[in-house]
Amino acid sequence: MSADPRIPPAALSGEVSLPEQLADVEPVRSVRTPIRLEYDFIPGSASSGYLNAFADRKILGQRSPVDGAVFVPPRGVDPRHGAATPDYVELPDTGHVGGFCVTRLPIPGRDDLEIPYVSAWIHLDGADIGFLGLVAGIDTSEVRMGMRVRAVWKPDDELGRTAENILYWAPTGEPDIPVTAAGTNAWHAKQAAAGEQG
Amino acid sequence: MRDIAVVSVAQHQEKALTNTTEVELMVPIINEARSAVGLTQDDIGFTCSGSSDFLAGQAFSFVHTLDAVGAVPPISESHVEMDGAWALYEAWVKLQIGGVDTALVYSYGKSSPGSLRDVLSTQLDPYYLGPLWPDAFSLAALQARIMLESGTVSEQRLAEIAVRSLNGAADNPLAVRSSAEATTESVLAEAPIADPLRPSDCAASADGGVAVVLAAGDRARELCERPAWIRGIDHRIDPHQPGVRDLNRAPSAQAAAVNSGAGNDRLDAAELAAPFTTQEHILELELGLGNGTAVNASGGALAGHTMMAAGLMRIADAAAQIHNERADRVLGHAASGLYLQQNLVCVMEGE
Repeated sequence: MSADPRIPPAALSGEVSLPEQLADVEPVRSVRTPIRLEYDFIPGSASSGYLNAFADRKILGQRSPVDGAVFVPPRGVDPRHGAATPDYVELPDTGHVGGFCVTRLPIPGRDDLEIPYVSAWIHLDGADIGFLGLVAGIDTSEVRMGMRVRAVWKPDDELGRTAENILYWAPTGEPDIPVTAAGTNAWHAKQAAAGEQG
Repeated sequence: MRDIAVVSVAQHQEKALTNTTEVELMVPIINEARSAVGLTQDDIGFTCSGSSDFLAGQAFSFVHTLDAVGAVPPISESHVEMDGAWALYEAWVKLQIGGVDTALVYSYGKSSPGSLRDVLSTQLDPYYLGPLWPDAFSLAALQARIMLESGTVSEQRLAEIAVRSLNGAADNPLAVRSSAEATTESVLAEAPIADPLRPSDCAASADGGVAVVLAAGDRARELCERPAWIRGIDHRIDPHQPGVRDLNRAPSAQAAAVNSGAGNDRLDAAELAAPFTTQEHILELELGLGNGTAVNASGGALAGHTMMAAGLMRIADAAAQIHNERADRVLGHAASGLYLQQNLVCVMEGE
């Protein structure tokens, strides 16, 4: 064995040759071994409440028992404290854009998305964190942080137990939230204020 | 070496969690383990978990479950794609290095959303065995046939191991399969599912989770009236390719037992994480367990096998016997991989 680990073993330094009886066999250059496993997604307690409420055009969050912070979508836990969040809060379908991105490339499986499209963190009124949505009904160049938006829902007879019920978020025309108070800036300002009080 | 002990355990297990996510499962378990010794996450020096994305069918699934811990302000944390017993080993090493005196270890498995017997095929090498998609029961049956034909074990002995689990589990609320009335006759009358294995030879699949708190030295004595001191812990590994192994044996289990000092003194109890009666038999031989040792009083993994947690649950069950003064010296065992390829032995003592 070589003392220097960077020098390959002697057995690998020479040319690799096949046994004579395999001399004319076509070499295997690659193999494909597909893997397919199927799972039933189990949303669990918190997400079941969230998804079921969508059928009634409702958006549910959960409230932290520690400081009242509201999380949407609900996960059954305040991740800062590892505390269970059994209490639901019904949230309005209005909020503001906390951050956004303009995508100019098509994505596989979403032929319905016309490019360019805008993905955004939507911060609902009364929620402390944002969740993902599409922004439409406005030229992409005019989307901005702090812009007020409202959900555009599917027609009532097409509503299901799914976040797909919200087609997109459209501007309301109300004055913008100041950038310093928009998106996660609002969260940090609130945490800082809570810290000062404490 | 620092003295390190298991000072608190909490666990939950049931046949299938049909309305609970992994994080919803772990919130009460982790809180129970910590609060039983009066700790919050702020008091924990290191956190380590074990789980598998192949059960959840989701990449980086353990990151979601970390929400159950409370990781703000940021914590010192690690994860192993292994049974939680290996997370416990990592935490033990961290405590040995020093700088921290407490550790939280947890693991969980929810295999019910998928087909575990097929998911386990992804453990095989992807070129030669994996593409054949042999299911877990068929692979175990191949080993069972070798053992029976070689005279390593008899069908009668396998039935006795099954009955020991079924009877022992009758008093264990966390067991998902038990029977106080089972006899070797009733087990041998079962129709094989993967000949020669009968249903009672194969562990009952379960969903669940477990959390353990470790503490070092005087901190352990403060937190727990009778800490379960880890006197030896070791894990070893056999070759991955089953064709090169003698499937009547598990040399890595024996090596782990020797290196953890399992045989240095009398063992009151041993909790083994064997997913099949055949493998429980091999383990008894390799670990050198004698008549004075109560093996799997809880029913063991056969009575409820939560993938990725079964091993840490065995260590928790063994430690609990020290905590409640039912035993003075115990062995907890964990296994991973095909045919007991990897084995971990944890020997614990009370003072």
